[in-house]
Amino acid sequence: MAPHELRRPFKRPAISDQQRRRDLALIRQTQQRSDSQNRARRLASSLFDLPSHSFPDACQADFPDNVDVGYAIALEQSPELEASSPTVRHLDFVQASKLKGSAARHWFARQLMLTEWMIDVPPNLDRDWYVFARPAGKRCFVVSSNGSTVSRLRNGSVLHHFPSSLPNGARTKEISAPSHVYCILDCIFHEPDQTYYVIDMVCWRGYSLYDCSAEFRFFWLNSKLSETGACNPPSTYHRYRFSVVPIYDCNRIGLHKAYTGGFAFVKDGLLFYNRHAHYQTGNTPLALVWKDELCSQYVLDTDSEGHVPAEQQVVLELQDDGKLTTSDDPPILFGCLEKEIIQKAGNFLRFSVIDECVRIVDGKLELGDLKFVGKANRARAFADSYSKVFFQYTARHSPLQFQDLIASLDPNLDENSESNDMEMID
Amino acid sequence: MVMEATRLRDLGFLFGKCSSRIFKDALAVASQGLPSFPNLKISSHRGPPALWISEEEINSLAIPFEFSLIMAVEITQVLLNAQSVDASARKYAEESLNQFQDQNLPSFFLALSGELANNDKPVDSRKLAGLILKNTLDAKEQHRKNDLIQRWLSLDMFVKAQVKGCLLQTLSSPVSDARSTASQVIAKVAGIELPHKQWPELISTLLSNIQQQQSHVKQATLETLGYLCEEVSPDFVDQDQVNKILTAVVQGMNASEVNNDVRLSATRALYNALGFAQANFSNDMERDYLMRVVCEATLTPELKIRQAAFECLVAISSSYYDKLGSYMQDIFIITAKAVKEDEEPVALQAIEFWSSICDEEIDILDEYGSDFSADSDTPCFYFIRQALPALVPMLLDTLLKQEEDQDLDEGAWNIAMAGGTCLGLVARTVGDDIVPLVMPFIEENISKPDWRQREAATYAFGSILEGPSPEKLTPTINVALNFMLTALINDPNNHVKDTTAWTVGRIFEFMHGPTVEIPVRTILSVLLQCMKDVPNVAEKACGALYFLARGCEVVGSASPLSPLFADIIQALLSVTHREDAGESRLRTAAYETLNEVVRCATDETTPIVMQLVPVIMVELHRTLEAQKLTSDEREKQNELQGLLCGCLQVIIQKLGSAEPTKYTFLQYTDQMMDLFLRVFACRNATVHEEAMLAIGALAYAAGHNFLKYMQGFYPYLEMGLQNFEEYQVCAITVGVVGDLCRALDDKILPFCDGIMTHLLKDLSSNQLHRSVKPPIFSCFGDIALAIGENFEKYLIYAMPMLQSAAELSTLVAEADDEMIEYTNQLRNGILEAHSGILQGFKNSPKTQLLMPYASNILQFLDSLYNEKDMDDIVMKAAVGVLGDLADTLGANAGPLISQSVSSKDFLEECLASDEHLIKESAQWAKFAVSRAISG
Repeated sequence: MAPHELRRPFKRPAISDQQRRRDLALIRQTQQRSDSQNRARRLASSLFDLPSHSFPDACQADFPDNVDVGYAIALEQSPELEASSPTVRHLDFVQASKLKGSAARHWFARQLMLTEWMIDVPPNLDRDWYVFARPAGKRCFVVSSNGSTVSRLRNGSVLHHFPSSLPNGARTKEISAPSHVYCILDCIFHEPDQTYYVIDMVCWRGYSLYDCSAEFRFFWLNSKLSETGACNPPSTYHRYRFSVVPIYDCNRIGLHKAYTGGFAFVKDGLLFYNRHAHYQTGNTPLALVWKDELCSQYVLDTDSEGHVPAEQQVVLELQDDGKLTTSDDPPILFGCLEKEIIQKAGNFLRFSVIDECVRIVDGKLELGDLKFVGKANRARAFADSYSKVFFQYTARHSPLQFQDLIASLDPNLDENSESNDMEMID
Repeated sequence: MVMEATRLRDLGFLFGKCSSRIFKDALAVASQGLPSFPNLKISSHRGPPALWISEEEINSLAIPFEFSLIMAVEITQVLLNAQSVDASARKYAEESLNQFQDQNLPSFFLALSGELANNDKPVDSRKLAGLILKNTLDAKEQHRKNDLIQRWLSLDMFVKAQVKGCLLQTLSSPVSDARSTASQVIAKVAGIELPHKQWPELISTLLSNIQQQQSHVKQATLETLGYLCEEVSPDFVDQDQVNKILTAVVQGMNASEVNNDVRLSATRALYNALGFAQANFSNDMERDYLMRVVCEATLTPELKIRQAAFECLVAISSSYYDKLGSYMQDIFIITAKAVKEDEEPVALQAIEFWSSICDEEIDILDEYGSDFSADSDTPCFYFIRQALPALVPMLLDTLLKQEEDQDLDEGAWNIAMAGGTCLGLVARTVGDDIVPLVMPFIEENISKPDWRQREAATYAFGSILEGPSPEKLTPTINVALNFMLTALINDPNNHVKDTTAWTVGRIFEFMHGPTVEIPVRTILSVLLQCMKDVPNVAEKACGALYFLARGCEVVGSASPLSPLFADIIQALLSVTHREDAGESRLRTAAYETLNEVVRCATDETTPIVMQLVPVIMVELHRTLEAQKLTSDEREKQNELQGLLCGCLQVIIQKLGSAEPTKYTFLQYTDQMMDLFLRVFACRNATVHEEAMLAIGALAYAAGHNFLKYMQGFYPYLEMGLQNFEEYQVCAITVGVVGDLCRALDDKILPFCDGIMTHLLKDLSSNQLHRSVKPPIFSCFGDIALAIGENFEKYLIYAMPMLQSAAELSTLVAEADDEMIEYTNQLRNGILEAHSGILQGFKNSPKTQLLMPYASNILQFLDSLYNEKDMDDIVMKAAVGVLGDLADTLGANAGPLISQSVSSKDFLEECLASDEHLIKESAQWAKFAVSRAISG
């Protein structure tokens, strides 16, 4: 019969700091293990290897195939190639978030994935693409880090600086994330309801989604965003509401929903994302925009006063040698300026298109002579892209119509299939 | 069995040291219980007639001869020598005993039990004989204990019977020490044998002893029953025998028993037998009777019996809380009287009764709080709430019975301390309701000239800070805090200051933040001044600062500590350098507070933390330079090294977690690693643990750059992984392997053969504490994730281990809470291993190597789902593994996956979970599974 211990702790804190150190270390290790796991899960995976039978050979070159996936992983793992690895890109982001003024603008202006305009319908629209309505508004990057959130427009300039419920998006007492954690969202700010519609997720809690397929990014976006409270109505530590946009498989039903469906936001065209494509900065043919009068108020470009000019206008970049080019990489040449008119290289100049001079040769658009209108708006960071010019041209003459999109769908695909898992309706 | 000449010589037999005995006599002593004397035959085989004895017979005859000699003559002296003041005699005796045990265990047992039973022997040798017997039957470490149990069970039947006979015989000895020792040994043997359905007659033999008239036999038997109930699980004693035991015990406790020793042993026996009385406590009549006997015993004139009876009441309060309703009124009267009038040991038990009721109700209410269904196993009867108006004044009275200088005595425990502690528990049980009952006492006493009154008032206030709502306390807090800050500087009495500083700490612990109106700067300046006071007061001031800092932990740059941050650090460092910092745990408190202050540094103050790095490093360096220390000094030095390594660990974690500070801080890595490696040269578990944790944090911060330290560090890593004895060190080292994996990625590969070897050895060891094993499995996952397909060569070792652990973890039936918790930890470890391995192999051409294991993994998941007893963490990990399997093996595993329950019902259940981490894993798994199945 052992002596019965009667003494209870007296005037002592119940937890010793040593135990606390142990516990904190365990918490840290558990967290880091789960981070590593999640990181591994998010890496491009054998799952996303495209079964070749679903792909006509002609298109294969356009898609990230096995080689690219393998390459992305090789980059992750091999130190020699570190310069372009995602880890380094992370660091870039951390560094860049400290940049100020024009340096920051310059850097951020190059980070968005820019859609091409849909000139013709890509093959396998229904198998490989998502469609969703594009909210009307300002396209921007939203970055949450160090207890605050900053949104930057396409040209890199700051739109808002505000607190948000995104991880590390505000200085609140409840620590929602370690201090080094940050998030990057690709958004459209919709003025009427003061809401950021998130159309893509680039980084979440410090983990890169650059090398993930759109399918995975959308999935992650949809499961992650709401749990932070970012979709809640505004409050002291959360100035703007965030919202996701319903994303549909690009079949007949999905297309109709996106095209005719009613949404909380004003629509500005439809966006098409290839489900296998990674997030790629700059222009990409794997994300497309399409508009018509029914689903957008802004089908035809307006001039600086907001009117649709009688003639199509384009903004081109003036190179040192007088060449006028688009923003594509590599740039497409649309004309040349006489030496005497060259004012200053690198400026963006606005021209009117003279319809009679335009030609389409082998499916390629040639503008012929251009009429100089003036300098473009100073806020411009980009010239127009080739696809935009082309789309604007066809929109004025023989637009690609919704019926064309529907017609391109494979009638053999099961029309009655239940909405896919990835459909993201609130 | 061979007689060994060496041992015979050791015993002195051959040199005639002992009085000579003839063979037959020696044999006679030992022949009780011998199978039979060999039937010796006259034979004329090969020559003249002679006594013909086979070799076997010689051996069997020789054994008792051998031990009887030792038993009779030598063992007594050896046992006495083993207690000699002469160290060399002691050492020699201990060695002989060990040798004896190693060389002839049966004789050893017989000799010792014979010694214990022999009334002609000195009491000291008998006691030690019993003690050694006890230690050869039981040990603390589980693996050793198992060995000892097996050893006893495999002993010859006759030897065991002989030993048990001696033990039972000893219970009748007139020597009380011998009886008492025998009681304990009997209980140990019973603890081994009853679960194996051996010694079935034991309990009835003991019960028949009770019927004897001799009081000393009765007393010893009751004591034996008490120990027996402590050793043996109720599962192995049938209800009929339980009833008989309880009847015997309660009879012994009864007032009609005139012998106090018998009553005391009976009362103590009841304390242990309570665990057997489940059925009896459910029966109203039997329970009434038991309670009456216990309550009556609390009123006997004999102090020890009263104390033992109250101990029974305390035990009943926790084991049979739900059966107490009708007795509470009587118990209150009994306890209140004891608290007021009785001697301290009894009064302390009486208070403990109420503390224990509080413990029960706090637990029950906690359970109510955690799910609103309020269907806890035990309902709350709100005894404390009902007793409150009488209970609180009773406890407040005790607060005035302080002892002088109780704060300077680490081991002090008196009625004032017990009363205050109970008051604190009452506050946690009833919350707001206690405040109006205590406030008048505080107001009445807080300004009295007698220090006892001031201290009691302050202690009362400090005690009730945990429990009531902040709203209820806030109005008082600000007034009180003001008053106390003044008292901390001005009160002439140390005891009052000590309690005041403690109370200030409690205020910050439970009420931190905006509720306190007094500027932090004012509070800080008082606390910093207080840290120069005598050690016990300074230690409490450090504690108060610890909680103040903890309350100031805000993300962002505006911390109220920032303006005085450097002063705080400076003040704490000065405390650590005080001559008297060794008293009252002061140095430890100062470093712990420093850690907390570092943790809550903001962007603004991290530069000051950066300056602290070299300061702490120099301190650590100094401890390593010290030479020629006495063992006492060395112990202190080790303690200090532990604190310094702990502090560095906190700093590393702080500075390593933010990019800008990380790079500046990492410039110290070389020197820091050098220090840590030197620390490992000192043999002290706590220090190793702290240094290990610090290195883990450092490695994670340094990333790939840590590689250059691996060569130097690796031997210590191995050492840690092999430290079975101090399993905490081993566990932490396993965690550090995980840190290294994440820091080094595949650069850890060259070290993996060694690491994996040790981890596999650890897993197979039955010496290593079981709590280390789940983390080892998780660590497999960390390694696999780091080295990817290079894990290939370990698959043939790791996978079968995972497989058998998985099988084991699904076979746990009828487990207690602790076992269920462990089982879940084990499952989590296994699942994390699978996740890591599967993800590690992803996109590798060797993915196919995992295919053979897929069906086992899925079966494991299915069985987890079917068992229905996994916790949330396991559920999340399990559904994650489902996803990992689908992700890595893809379409190849599609058919297997679609056959499994996990991919359907289990996945659905996880998708519907309210726990977002489970849901998240499940969504991911669904995504991966649907791809694998459709692809």
